[in-house]
Amino acid sequence: MNFIEALSLAAQGIYANRLRSSLTMLGILIGVGAVILLVAVGNGVTAAVNARIQGLGSNLLIVFPGAVQAGGVQQGFASGATLTFQDYQAIENPALAPDVVAAIPVLNSRAQATFEGQNWATMINGTTQEFPGVRDYTVADGAFFTAADVSAQRRVAVIGPTVAQNLFNGQEPVGQQIKINRQTFTVVGVFDSKGSSAGAAGANQDDLIVIPITAAWSYLFGGRNKNVNTIYVEAASSDTTAAQQEVSAILLAQHKISDPAQADFRITTQQDIAATATQTTGILTLLLGAIAAISLVVGGIGIMNIMLVTVTERTREIGIRKAIGARRRDILLQFLIESMFLSAVGGLLGILVGTLAAHFLPRFVTSLPTPVVSGPSVVLAFGVSVGIGLFFGIYPANRAAVLHPIEALRYQ
Amino acid sequence: MIVLENIVKTYRLGEVIVQAVRDISLTIEEGEFVAIMGASGSGKSTMMNLIGCLDKPTSGRYLLDGVDVASLNDNQLAAIRNHKIGFVFQSFNLIPRSSAVHNVEMPLIYAGVTENRRARAMAALAAVGLSDRARHQPMELSGGQQQRVAIARALVTNPAVLLADEPTGNLDTEASYEIMRLFGELNADGRTVVLITHEADIARFTSRVVRLRDGVVLSDERQVPHLATERVQIAQEVIPG
Repeated sequence: MNFIEALSLAAQGIYANRLRSSLTMLGILIGVGAVILLVAVGNGVTAAVNARIQGLGSNLLIVFPGAVQAGGVQQGFASGATLTFQDYQAIENPALAPDVVAAIPVLNSRAQATFEGQNWATMINGTTQEFPGVRDYTVADGAFFTAADVSAQRRVAVIGPTVAQNLFNGQEPVGQQIKINRQTFTVVGVFDSKGSSAGAAGANQDDLIVIPITAAWSYLFGGRNKNVNTIYVEAASSDTTAAQQEVSAILLAQHKISDPAQADFRITTQQDIAATATQTTGILTLLLGAIAAISLVVGGIGIMNIMLVTVTERTREIGIRKAIGARRRDILLQFLIESMFLSAVGGLLGILVGTLAAHFLPRFVTSLPTPVVSGPSVVLAFGVSVGIGLFFGIYPANRAAVLHPIEALRYQ
Repeated sequence: MIVLENIVKTYRLGEVIVQAVRDISLTIEEGEFVAIMGASGSGKSTMMNLIGCLDKPTSGRYLLDGVDVASLNDNQLAAIRNHKIGFVFQSFNLIPRSSAVHNVEMPLIYAGVTENRRARAMAALAAVGLSDRARHQPMELSGGQQQRVAIARALVTNPAVLLADEPTGNLDTEASYEIMRLFGELNADGRTVVLITHEADIARFTSRVVRLRDGVVLSDERQVPHLATERVQIAQEVIPG
């Protein structure tokens, strides 16, 4: 008996039990559909996180203060304020760092902002006029503060859309006076939204207030010319290696450290952040996929169950076939193909349903990043579903194949 | 040629060991028309299973065309059942939801025949006079017609031996005689026919009657078959080999 004949026999068997066969297929359909959908959701989150990281700015290096060694005791990451305004100025010097386009010092801390009885705790960032360029922010309303504002220590502020919404509640913010830690600042601009939303991506990039770093030193946090938390560096090209080496050399010289292993700062690139985030979201995707895979296994058990029923029901038929010359492998093939047929058709329909669900899901769950159906997950899900048909079909098919013809014929 | 030498077959039913066939020696020559008779429990069904290679004897030798069946494995037995033996059962045993012609085709499928399969199946149906019922499902046929489809299925691989287990047991007298006349015709073409029955009037159609009782041969008599003169010759070429 060849494969086509076995397939036609299997199709007859499935057609003879239409309702039962379609319910069995439904089990596999749900399993495969769930795998496709949930992996797509995971991929969507990954894509959204990566977009957010790219949104930090382009070709970005971030310099953090490192561990302070005091008397031979290492105090841990960011334990000291080792970065200074002079470090920033050295990095911005084109003679020292030709591969750096721009740099900004950032002094940030959480503080309470108030306007006419509304108050909102947010992140206050003291920085320079180059902040929007380096961090990829655009000002939607008003303007960013200027170099003159920075040198004159003017109390001006540019606020993120989240802050604007919470403090001003629809009023025009530009020109209004807000208070940050009881110091009065004038709002000169409002940022465009960076499209932040709740999710796995971390901090909301629309929830911030930006002021001149000089004003931050003078009125809020103190530590003139010394107090810098972070330096953001925009490299000339997307290959940030050269810029990273230059910044590292400058800071080692500035801090008079000869051994790079003893550095009291740390440079993180966007790629580092992206890699970490991808790892995290990869685990999320895997977890979602694993949960969906459980339902695929349940679908497989459904196939096994129905195949056992089918074999029992058709015991007599198996006896007849054996009496007229069917070998074990003919019977095995017939039932194995039947179970694989069920799972393969279920799998194909599952791919269809999963893909459609991934397409329409964002309409119902708006906070979810757009799911991304990946080719490999489709191929894998189909392969696994056929494999499940094979795996869960073998036992029932074998049970049919080893039936003794006389006993099978006697079966009522 | 079927040669049985000192065949013994015992079954285990739980704690009890049942000796279905005690010691039977029997030779059936090619072209014979034999009825094996006996009351229920006489061992005639066991004989049928043994001769049909559905089962192996506990002891003794069974030579089918000179081949010792005990030496064959499952696949070889399946091939013997396919090529050398045509089964006809009391309850017809057609595959439900498959057309008559598809049922008749089945042994050819398992034999690996791909050429002229449908034509050979149609020829076998013609030989039993059912060409016009080829597309009908078993449910749509009368008992006698179903049994004739089953005989066509048994004939289609052109086996040397037709083995029928109470083929008329589920049929009325008229249909029974028709089936027996058909067997007579097939035998006249040189085919060995072995049938198991407990009805004396059915056994009258054969030329040799072997009576069993309690697993041993009670008598073995030759006779002039009833209705032999009424036999209608059917053209041999309708069943090409």
